[in-house]
Amino acid sequence: MIQTLTSTSSAALAASNRRIAKQGRTVQVSIKRCDGPNKPSRWETFKVTTERGMNVISALMQIAANPTTIDGKQTTPPVWDSGCLEEVCGSCTMVINGKVRQSCSCLLDDYVPNEGDTLTLEPMSKFPVIRDLWVDRERLFHNLKRVKAWVPIDGTYSLGAGPRETPAKQETRYKLSECMSCGCCLEACPQFNVEEDKAQWDTSFIGAHAISQARLFNEHETGKQLKDERIDVLMGPGGVNDCGNAQNCVKVCPKHIPLTESIAAIGRAVTIRSFVKFFKG
Amino acid sequence: MAKQRVIVVGGGLAGLSACVRVAEAGVDVDLFSMVPVKRSHSVCAQGGINACNEVARQQGYSEYEHFDETIYGGDFLADQHPVLEMANWAPKIIDLLDRMGVPFNRTNEGYRDLRLFGGSLFKRTHFAGATTGQQLLYALDEQTRRYEADGKVNKYEFWEFLGPVVSDGRCVGIVAQDMRTMQVRSFRADAVVMATGGCGLVYGKSTNSVVCTGAAAARCFQAGAWYGNPEMIQVHPTAIPGADKLRLMSESARGEGGRVWVPAIKGQDGRWGKHPRSGEDPKKIPENERYYFLEERYPAYGNIVPRDIATREIFDICVNEGMGVANENQVYLDLTHRDPEYLARKLGGILDIYEKFVGDDPKFTPMKIFPAVHYSMGGLWTQFSKGSYNPSEPRDKHKSGTRAPIGAEVGMGMEYGSPINSSTNIPGLYAFGEVNFAYHGANRLGANALLSCLFDGLCCGVSVVNYVRSAEVSKAPAEMLTSSAYDAVVEQENAKIKRFTDTVGKADASPLFNPYQIHKELGQEMTAACTVVKSAARLEQCRTKIAELRDRFGKVRLGDAATWTNQTLSYTRCVGDMLLISEAICLASIERKESRGAHYRTDYPTRDDANYMKSTVAKFSKPMQSTVIELFEIDASLIRPTARTYGKTDPVGAGGAASKKVASPEV
Repeated sequence: MIQTLTSTSSAALAASNRRIAKQGRTVQVSIKRCDGPNKPSRWETFKVTTERGMNVISALMQIAANPTTIDGKQTTPPVWDSGCLEEVCGSCTMVINGKVRQSCSCLLDDYVPNEGDTLTLEPMSKFPVIRDLWVDRERLFHNLKRVKAWVPIDGTYSLGAGPRETPAKQETRYKLSECMSCGCCLEACPQFNVEEDKAQWDTSFIGAHAISQARLFNEHETGKQLKDERIDVLMGPGGVNDCGNAQNCVKVCPKHIPLTESIAAIGRAVTIRSFVKFFKG
Repeated sequence: MAKQRVIVVGGGLAGLSACVRVAEAGVDVDLFSMVPVKRSHSVCAQGGINACNEVARQQGYSEYEHFDETIYGGDFLADQHPVLEMANWAPKIIDLLDRMGVPFNRTNEGYRDLRLFGGSLFKRTHFAGATTGQQLLYALDEQTRRYEADGKVNKYEFWEFLGPVVSDGRCVGIVAQDMRTMQVRSFRADAVVMATGGCGLVYGKSTNSVVCTGAAAARCFQAGAWYGNPEMIQVHPTAIPGADKLRLMSESARGEGGRVWVPAIKGQDGRWGKHPRSGEDPKKIPENERYYFLEERYPAYGNIVPRDIATREIFDICVNEGMGVANENQVYLDLTHRDPEYLARKLGGILDIYEKFVGDDPKFTPMKIFPAVHYSMGGLWTQFSKGSYNPSEPRDKHKSGTRAPIGAEVGMGMEYGSPINSSTNIPGLYAFGEVNFAYHGANRLGANALLSCLFDGLCCGVSVVNYVRSAEVSKAPAEMLTSSAYDAVVEQENAKIKRFTDTVGKADASPLFNPYQIHKELGQEMTAACTVVKSAARLEQCRTKIAELRDRFGKVRLGDAATWTNQTLSYTRCVGDMLLISEAICLASIERKESRGAHYRTDYPTRDDANYMKSTVAKFSKPMQSTVIELFEIDASLIRPTARTYGKTDPVGAGGAASKKVASPEV
């Protein structure tokens, strides 16, 4: 189950945990492992000795260098996905103690402040597992193609500046454009489900991430040339009407992108477009 | 007729801009990346991208001054014609990004806002919050996706480049491995663009992403490509120390007014000395007990001196003077005098990173920072065709704010479209972006990296197209070649993989042969010997250590024999390649007996233009499995070298040693 802690309460808890955490303590890390697609999963638990400022990635690195479980069994190094380690690339997203987030910005002091505390790591459940904690998020990028998430420029020739923009508009677009396609919003969404059959992707729920990107490009002076095409996709099967309004997406977004506002904005655009289509025939 | 293709390896800014440019010209592209391209290391670039702009131009700035700053900032090591062309292209590149929808910060009237950055007295840095690299990468990712949807670009994500395929002295494809299925296979192409970034991971911890091992470049190096200026590694002055990596705190923090200081007491003789309460609440340290050492030592540039200088001064304060905060290797980077709302708007992204990983809010508490390995000026050696501007003798250094002596037309620096531009010594093999050694000389100016990536992709992408369409290449397209050259490289890589996986459970289990242990020791050694200060004695020790590690790597033992998604195999193979890049860095550091830019030798503290205003070029001998360093002449035909002092004053007391460091004989 996904816990949907509000960001303020989890930050307060983290801060108080940081104060009590002693360095050099031993904590346990339980990892849900799986050798590959269609293979059974199993849990393995490892001991980790903490250092100041240690995050989940450092813990995984410590385990990988010497992969011995708490029962003394030699095993293979766990597999995970990571990139920038500063929460801008989205790679290292996983489910930690039941909550989806990036593992690089997850500090052990916040989550397991006491000697012997246990941290659990699981792969995201809405994408097919490649191995252990590494999942295949190709569908997420495919959905960006569905909504034509780009500005249709005339080409890369030198044609002068782009459209002018007010600071307020820039701030709105910048916020939406910070989306790093990590997939947290999809993991937390009750309407978005794992779908291994690629043929179903174009009719399955597209999720908050792509809806918000459609809004981003509809807000741009040149980008809005494709607005109708984007809205047509989002009023079709798997579009914005499949949203169940659980509002989990906005709570788990690590970049605090106003996803529910985007869904509402696209919902309005869909309504308007339906009227227009109805009357124009 | 056979269809021609181009392979691009690496999907950061350089790779994606190359993709778009080549696909737009009508040549199909196969794009290889170890990560989904939207997650490439370019996302980490924070501060901005430099270009002459209308506001600065009306204050006296010009493309020519941008060129001059970049050459001077790079301490006169870069070939000058390519840098001129890059500076001239910069404003056009910004316009293009603007059209692609990059949310650049705006002024009240809706024009692009600008900020101050190191090495310039003019505001010429365009930015999108404090995540400019991310925003630029996303724009290029979106445009690439457009071509992908049209079938012009074919992505191979989670594929690892294992080496180029070279046949009859020409690069005709690559061998790569699927990181999931572990399948190894060859791919044909009429040209290959390497856009694989830097090699920060050879230092263990750096500001780089986990994929920045330099392994791809090392694999080209072993196949005969030359590697230029390996010793030129930029250590960024301001990073947040961490257990797994050192997180960058952008130069824009200083550009937006950030002040660097340590608690200190000024003695009667005017010398600063240790503060008894250093490390206690910084807000309780009175103004007269704060040593703003960059502002005192460099009154003209203050906190925005270039990176190598800021790094050495911070190092000097902490290591030589013992004045680091709380007696540790750290100094304050202070923004607390600025309006918190302004900071949130201009620097939100990076201030969040600090708060997330350290726990303090930099809007109200000074940050604690220390230098970290950040960028590789060195990389695969590349060539260029000189453009139309060729003065009879080099000009003197440009006086800031004065009229530019020449215009800024395309083709003055490099001949536009020449197939030679950004080509390595192997025909058909190109190097773009950070992995290209060009443009930044001995030190890169802040906010010039994104520019050089895009410039390579957009300008030299055309060179690649012209190369594949040249008579010589189009008469023997890769598609029509026999398979022998391809099969040979696949076989060689499979044999290498077998050697590694055969060690699982069999070879010596001593930690000495653990790949993680070898990498850890390599990182510690390289950080100690090949960063801020170097010396012959320490470098020789490093050379011996690398030889020992190479020896141990020969007996490396893996912990995973999986034939599906074996990350240990990939990692171990990279460690072997990192050892070779490290060796090149170390050997070139030994060879360069002078101090220039990021390369500072305590035993040769001055710049020696007569002997070393040259590129160090590393060549790998396959039979000997060893590296030799040669010195190549550079193109310095446009600007005459001067001492690079940034107007440093003779500091009272504290910086005696530091002032010697940047002094140059030919003032």
